[in-house]
Amino acid sequence: MAAITANLYAQHDRAALLESRQATREARWVKYTILGVALTFFAIFLLLPLAVVFAEALAKGWHTYLDALVEPDALSAVKLTLLAAVISVPLNLVFGVAAAWAITRFDFRGKQLLITLIDLPFSVSPVVAGLIYVLVFSSHGWIGPWLLEHDIKVIFAVPGIVLATVFVTVPFVARELIPLLQAQGREEEEAAVVLGARGWQVFWHVTLPNVRWALLYGVILSNARAMGEFGAVSVVSGHIRGETNTLPLHVEILYNEYQFAAAFAVASLLALLALVTLAVKSWIEWRAAQAHD
Amino acid sequence: MSIQVQNIHKAFGDFIALDNLTLDFPSGELVALLGPSGCGKTTLLRVIAGLEQADSGRVLLDGDDASDTHVRERQVGFVFQHYALFRHMTVFDNVAFGLRMKPRSIRPSEAEIKRKVHELLQLVQLDWLADRFPAQLSGGQRQRIALARALAVEPRVLLLDEPFGALDAKVRKELRRWLRRLHDELHITSIFVTHDQEEALEVADRVVLMNHGRVEQIGSPAEVYQQPATPFVYGFLGAANRFEGHSSAGGIAIGNATLTAEQNGQHGEVIAFVRPHELDIVRHEFGHGIPARISRVLTLGALTRVELEGRDDVAGQHFDVELPASHPLAGSLIAGEPVRLQPRSVRVFANPETAGAA
Repeated sequence: MAAITANLYAQHDRAALLESRQATREARWVKYTILGVALTFFAIFLLLPLAVVFAEALAKGWHTYLDALVEPDALSAVKLTLLAAVISVPLNLVFGVAAAWAITRFDFRGKQLLITLIDLPFSVSPVVAGLIYVLVFSSHGWIGPWLLEHDIKVIFAVPGIVLATVFVTVPFVARELIPLLQAQGREEEEAAVVLGARGWQVFWHVTLPNVRWALLYGVILSNARAMGEFGAVSVVSGHIRGETNTLPLHVEILYNEYQFAAAFAVASLLALLALVTLAVKSWIEWRAAQAHD
Repeated sequence: MSIQVQNIHKAFGDFIALDNLTLDFPSGELVALLGPSGCGKTTLLRVIAGLEQADSGRVLLDGDDASDTHVRERQVGFVFQHYALFRHMTVFDNVAFGLRMKPRSIRPSEAEIKRKVHELLQLVQLDWLADRFPAQLSGGQRQRIALARALAVEPRVLLLDEPFGALDAKVRKELRRWLRRLHDELHITSIFVTHDQEEALEVADRVVLMNHGRVEQIGSPAEVYQQPATPFVYGFLGAANRFEGHSSAGGIAIGNATLTAEQNGQHGEVIAFVRPHELDIVRHEFGHGIPARISRVLTLGALTRVELEGRDDVAGQHFDVELPASHPLAGSLIAGEPVRLQPRSVRVFANPETAGAA
């Protein structure tokens, strides 16, 4: 991704270059029509909803807004959301690095299968992912009776929510790393080995620093998805207030109960998270582009 | 330290990269592995370094079998064609890398590392670049840093894989001379791979010519240039006009034309080579020599290059002749003119394709 983001920055220069040349410069009305279409679309479908979220959240004043956020059920939802993210992001970090490393550095049977599997959470509906876990872990499921005997609750409990979150966030880190590791090749690592570095030294001092921006980028995206996931988590959660509700689920419940101001207040937290993610993402892209110059 | 390679065989699928190769690299010499791309020279270098495993055969370093020794214990310095500098480290950190990776018990102190790195940077004359990143350096500077980095761990041998291959012609020439001087100072056994014959002849103490995974000839630059052992070597080192013909007591005949009337000891089908500066142009359409037609005359500085096309029996072949620009003929030759070519010196080999044996 660092390569791709660096590319984005390079494209900016290239666009300026194209515009500066008579041969490739478009007529003014073409330029502004295209620009207008893109910006209008952006404003109606992205900017407007975002503004509405904050406007509605504050419609009944700051007091109502803050009340909706510090109410026990809301706080419990925040905690659960953070817990799911804190568990699933590090898991994805380890899995993503291992998978990307295996795919780009080793030759093994079933490599194509692994690549396809990594993409599975992108291509399957999150609801289906949730249902799979219900099928396996619920009291009528495959290993449900065994779990019941040992008094372990997975479905309609925190473990189920963590599992579902891990499932939907699997691709992010690995997908960022694979193209970068492929593009970088092995020469620097070979040079390090010839100079006497051991396996983990090569990884720590040479491989990892070269992919650090892509890694961080993957972690940020994976975190955003973990906190914002609705479908898969909704299926396995059971919607027990104060126990198995994450932020997105809490928003839905409030909304269904016609507590609009409260619903939008909690939703504004998620919107803020999105804005922070975007800001960090842009900063990483900028740093990655710098590292490439 | 000496390097010996014994019966090394290496195949990639159906492609045989090294064909049962045996070679000796004496201590302290700078040896060039020269050959066309795909001849196995880089593979041989990587096998010696331990970056590639041979299918069979042994590599001896200083007389000891190193075949099962891991790369990091072989104490070799390796310089890559594309530098392979660590892009996220400064020049200083790049050169210090090998020292810092040593096990704690034998790792020098940070002060000692600093002293050593600056010493090496002075050796490659780039001390002032210590705080820069590789991306801020020119290609020539990068390769010198790569060399300093390789030397930092005090390797017993230095292996260079097309070290100047990615540089432009002028920088290349400078770095060649610089490498030669450096070798004369350090006397570390060095092998460098190149496909550039001029580079090999100019820099190396000895040249190993390789083709199809085999050694064609080993010798000093003067030996291989003046006494090429095989048609391949003759053709590869310097420009040459190639004639296929039949050798008998009456000389070498190509079709109805006579290349030379001199005896050469070979009988039967032969390949004859003539260097462009040893081929004379005679302004006769008929008579002795090879029939040709001038297609282009080009004067560059002190040399006039004449490009010709064969006529009659040698139609479709191309020949090159070089004359001093001061030669009486040089100014008067015209494109399209029919002439004959007579060699002053011919090197003859039995034709391996038709004679059956090389």
